[in-house]
Amino acid sequence: MPRLNADTRHRVAFALNGRPVSGQAEPRMLLSDFLRHEIGATGTHLGCEHGVCGACTVQIDGGLARACLALAVQTEGADVRTVEGLSPDGGATLSILQEAFREHHGLQCGFCTPGFLVTLDALFRDDPHASETHIREMLSGHLCRCTGYAPIIKAALAAQATLLARGAVAHPDDTMPEEDVHA
Amino acid sequence: MNVIDRPKTDNWIGKSLPRVEDAALLTGRGRYIDDLGVKPGTAHAAILRSPHGHANILGIDAARARALPGVFAVITAEEVQRYGSSLVVGLKIPVECWPLAIDKVRYYGEPVAVVVALDRYVAEDALDLIAVRYETLAAVIDPEEALADDAPVLHEGLKGNLANERRFTYGDPDAAFAAAPHRIGIDVKFPRSACTPIETYGIVAEYDPGADAYDVLANFQGPFSIHAVMARALNVPGNRLRLRTPGDSGGSFGIKQAIFPYVVLIGIAARVAGRPVKWVEDRLEHLMASTVATNRVTTLAAAVETDGRITALSWDQIEDTGAHLRAPEPATLYRMHGNMTGAYAIRNVAIRNRVVLTNKMPTGLNRGFGGPQVYYALERLMQRIAVELDIDPVDVIRRNFIPAGEFPYRTASGALYDSGDYQAALATAIAQGGLEELKARRDAARAEGRLYGIGYAAVVEPSVSNMGYITAVLTPDQRAKAGAKNGAQATATISLDAVGSVTVHVASVPQGQGHRTVLSQVVADAFGLKPSDIAVATELDTAKDAWSIASGNYSSRFAAAVAGAAQIAAMRLRAKLAAIAAKQLNAELEDIVFAGGRVHAGDPATSLAFGRVASASHWAPADLPQGVDHAIRETAFWTPPELTAPTGDDLVNSSLCHGFIFDICAVEIDRVTCEVKIDRYVTMHDCGKILHPGMVEGQVTGGFAHALGAALYEESSYAPDGGLLSGTLADYLIPTIMETPALRILHHESPSPFTPLGAKGVGEGNCMSTPVCIANAVADALGIADITLPILPAKLAEHVHGIEPEPRNPPAPKAKSTMGKPGERMLTGQGKAVVEAPRQKIWDMLLDPQALMSIIPGAHGVEKVSDTEFRADVTLGIGPVKGRYSAAISLTDLNEPESVTLSGGTEGALGSGHGSGRVTLTEEAGKTTITYTYEAAVGGKVASIGGRLLDGAARVVIGQFFDALARKAGGKTGGRIRLPATFKRLFAMLGVGA
Repeated sequence: MPRLNADTRHRVAFALNGRPVSGQAEPRMLLSDFLRHEIGATGTHLGCEHGVCGACTVQIDGGLARACLALAVQTEGADVRTVEGLSPDGGATLSILQEAFREHHGLQCGFCTPGFLVTLDALFRDDPHASETHIREMLSGHLCRCTGYAPIIKAALAAQATLLARGAVAHPDDTMPEEDVHA
Repeated sequence: MNVIDRPKTDNWIGKSLPRVEDAALLTGRGRYIDDLGVKPGTAHAAILRSPHGHANILGIDAARARALPGVFAVITAEEVQRYGSSLVVGLKIPVECWPLAIDKVRYYGEPVAVVVALDRYVAEDALDLIAVRYETLAAVIDPEEALADDAPVLHEGLKGNLANERRFTYGDPDAAFAAAPHRIGIDVKFPRSACTPIETYGIVAEYDPGADAYDVLANFQGPFSIHAVMARALNVPGNRLRLRTPGDSGGSFGIKQAIFPYVVLIGIAARVAGRPVKWVEDRLEHLMASTVATNRVTTLAAAVETDGRITALSWDQIEDTGAHLRAPEPATLYRMHGNMTGAYAIRNVAIRNRVVLTNKMPTGLNRGFGGPQVYYALERLMQRIAVELDIDPVDVIRRNFIPAGEFPYRTASGALYDSGDYQAALATAIAQGGLEELKARRDAARAEGRLYGIGYAAVVEPSVSNMGYITAVLTPDQRAKAGAKNGAQATATISLDAVGSVTVHVASVPQGQGHRTVLSQVVADAFGLKPSDIAVATELDTAKDAWSIASGNYSSRFAAAVAGAAQIAAMRLRAKLAAIAAKQLNAELEDIVFAGGRVHAGDPATSLAFGRVASASHWAPADLPQGVDHAIRETAFWTPPELTAPTGDDLVNSSLCHGFIFDICAVEIDRVTCEVKIDRYVTMHDCGKILHPGMVEGQVTGGFAHALGAALYEESSYAPDGGLLSGTLADYLIPTIMETPALRILHHESPSPFTPLGAKGVGEGNCMSTPVCIANAVADALGIADITLPILPAKLAEHVHGIEPEPRNPPAPKAKSTMGKPGERMLTGQGKAVVEAPRQKIWDMLLDPQALMSIIPGAHGVEKVSDTEFRADVTLGIGPVKGRYSAAISLTDLNEPESVTLSGGTEGALGSGHGSGRVTLTEEAGKTTITYTYEAAVGGKVASIGGRLLDGAARVVIGQFFDALARKAGGKTGGRIRLPATFKRLFAMLGVGA
């Protein structure tokens, strides 16, 4: 890993939602600030900047990460996915997950929502048949102060059912050995 | 009662439509304040805050900060006093309330200086370079202790800490108590909590010296009465403070009302810096210095008949508003004044209210505003009456209910309850909530020795505050002199453009409640359109928009007041459009029908497009029918006539609407962990006419989650020295999805006769009912009377496990230290290190600044002040808190090269400490053994949030010191007390050390 000078700005380039982006960052600049203020991708929100609230959750090379606990320079060359990348066409149409949140009132002020969506997006990609318990465990890293969570879990389960029904993912019996299937 | 023209049919009101807000919010296209661009040249502010709960400011040296490249200005008390005034205090008492500490800090986190710089990173760098000298003072945290004669005084002008006292008597409580067979009472210490929106405060302020005017964009939830307070504090008339709000706000729950001192502060910062200034609060700032609900000490007693009927109540409330009486306080205490008898027909009431100042964060609006404090005492009392008289708690509640036929009902203290049928709502809740089943579960659980309890709470939820209620803090004579205050002006504007499309604007400043969706439903119904045809703007601009002193998002006033004002404006426009259509269709006015996007006179086959009629005033004003001036823009103002000013005998109709809630909660307490687990929670709501069922449900589940946090987990708490103990979201525990159970929500609709749409507020009720309902369930499970929120397992342990016995072989008592002050965390330790170097070499290094700099963990600079005095700049991280400290070290008892005492103090934004250590050097076979003992006291943020790690951290840091010393001396250490490797890794992970 190259050694970076603390006092100078460095060029950082990575793929954001499939498109190349780049900007200048001091080594201490948080990924969250870089995304929002250098790139202009303001969909990722900051709720605590100490890794508890989950609002700033993004995917880095497919893994979930708090953008407030990552440095911009760490994402050099990475593949970053944020809430802006979830809609199939840049925002005109909602994804199945986003639509489920709308239908079940899974958001009110919407500030924490990007984090919930990004986590569920990764979860349903990696584990389409995740049990409700597992979904809850994954979402326990996110704080929401408006909804009381009940509509969020409803939306998550509805989205999962739609994804499975539409064949967006294969049925477990077809593709997965039985022991991998969640209850 | 108001006679209001309503649409003949409700097509859209009452339906759970998808929200118009959601598509943008779900795709990352929200317009929250930090998402909006700023003018080129806008600078960024960071705020230096007090590390003490109570201290005099002896001096501030900002020269080094001002000299840092990229810093435009540093604002201290001098600038704030030059360009601003104290925020108006709601009582005529000799106290001031500045947005930045003037010569004294009164709470932990109080702003002391503001840095304006190129970006936030540089601004925060500069904060580290500001040196503030404090003289710490004893702090007072507890409201009862604050009333003591010898308590530290916060505001010298006030002599003591009592800001206000009033007594009220309604009916004849003395006679009722004398006549009653039972007097049953309860004492409550209600703690502080806050609803902590996930988006923090944000402000962009600009000053125009030519016009002497401020332009402020802030995620405020007003303007309401606070606009006037801010303009005065900025020394400008209201029309020179243009306040704008962004389209989206990330929640508030009342909390963002308290952004207003920062609006003044950042406004002044922009003026001093000569450029626009942006400030976004961070979460640590939010938890220490935004706002919080009041804590309150309540003594409540009831005069009770043998059947459980209450004939009188006696309230004694000590309200703690923190370090300042900041507007609109003491409103928390008076918001509920009309509701002090809750859902019950009690005619004799005595009230004693005191407002006290303590060294804590100033209080303000918070969901439930005053309700949780009142109902916790009242509904715990109802449960106590049931226990003491051995009556079913539901019967005690039911026997005291206001009779169903008596609405509108005037309470003893003056509220006019608009509508309700508490008995019917309670019966439905019991039947549909499955109370019998819960009782069977309780019986079964208890038979197995499990701890299971059922609690109840009946609550009247006020909404649409009377702007005059706060004047109840004044005596009737004072009120008469101050002039009448009453009402609750709501406003809405509807515009028709040149193609006849409809735009609605309101000054309701939503923060996630879906106002735009509901308004599109209300206005679509009025015009026979679809909600998707209606555009709704909720951004506020006080320079251009219709607003009143009552405008803003608080007291659950949207559905009851603002949505109604929108309907009034729509119906006025509709009447004009009907006249235009009647002329165009050559028909009678009363035959005109608006439906399906068209206008006709009874025969849909001969109809006009709505847009054609609606645009007529633009295109052909000369052809308008007589009596119609225009149908382009209509602004309606609406205030309910029922909201009159407090009367000469202190009757206070504090709110317009009164919803009803009856909750049933069943809990099981784990016999081992003492965790309170909710088995079922039933919540019955009567919020009048429901405009959007999905949103009502969202308000209920959201309010419940806030209340669950307040009941079981959350507390804004302080150490006795005023240090904050709940400074991060890892310490201030907000419920997650794992802790929040699903609810059984039930409804009973009693439309309000006082509001245009029959709706009442619904957003705050569970914050009032749920904490006490859970507490009642816990009381039932454990058979105990005294329950203090939050109900942490540790508080229940003695009831579940019995009082912990004294250890049979108690550890030797530690020598009592004289160093620490109350609230400081004491650290003591000792250790030994062996270094392969001669004693003199070690000795010399200990006295050499250059050597020390490379040895002291995290040292940036060590300066020799004299032979025995050093100054060091050190960065240390302990737990989540990494901070820069300036330390003064002096050497005494020098006995070269054998022993020396190092003592000193350190101060930084994150805390302070002082201590001393004795170092002894002995040499043997070319090796030097260093033994040391130390005793230190640590206060401030480090003590509060890293507290649990401090002892270990100190050991690690000292270990690092000796490791470095050994390395520097050219040898290896040995024999030092070593931490297990796992601890070392843990501390390293937590950032302990440099």
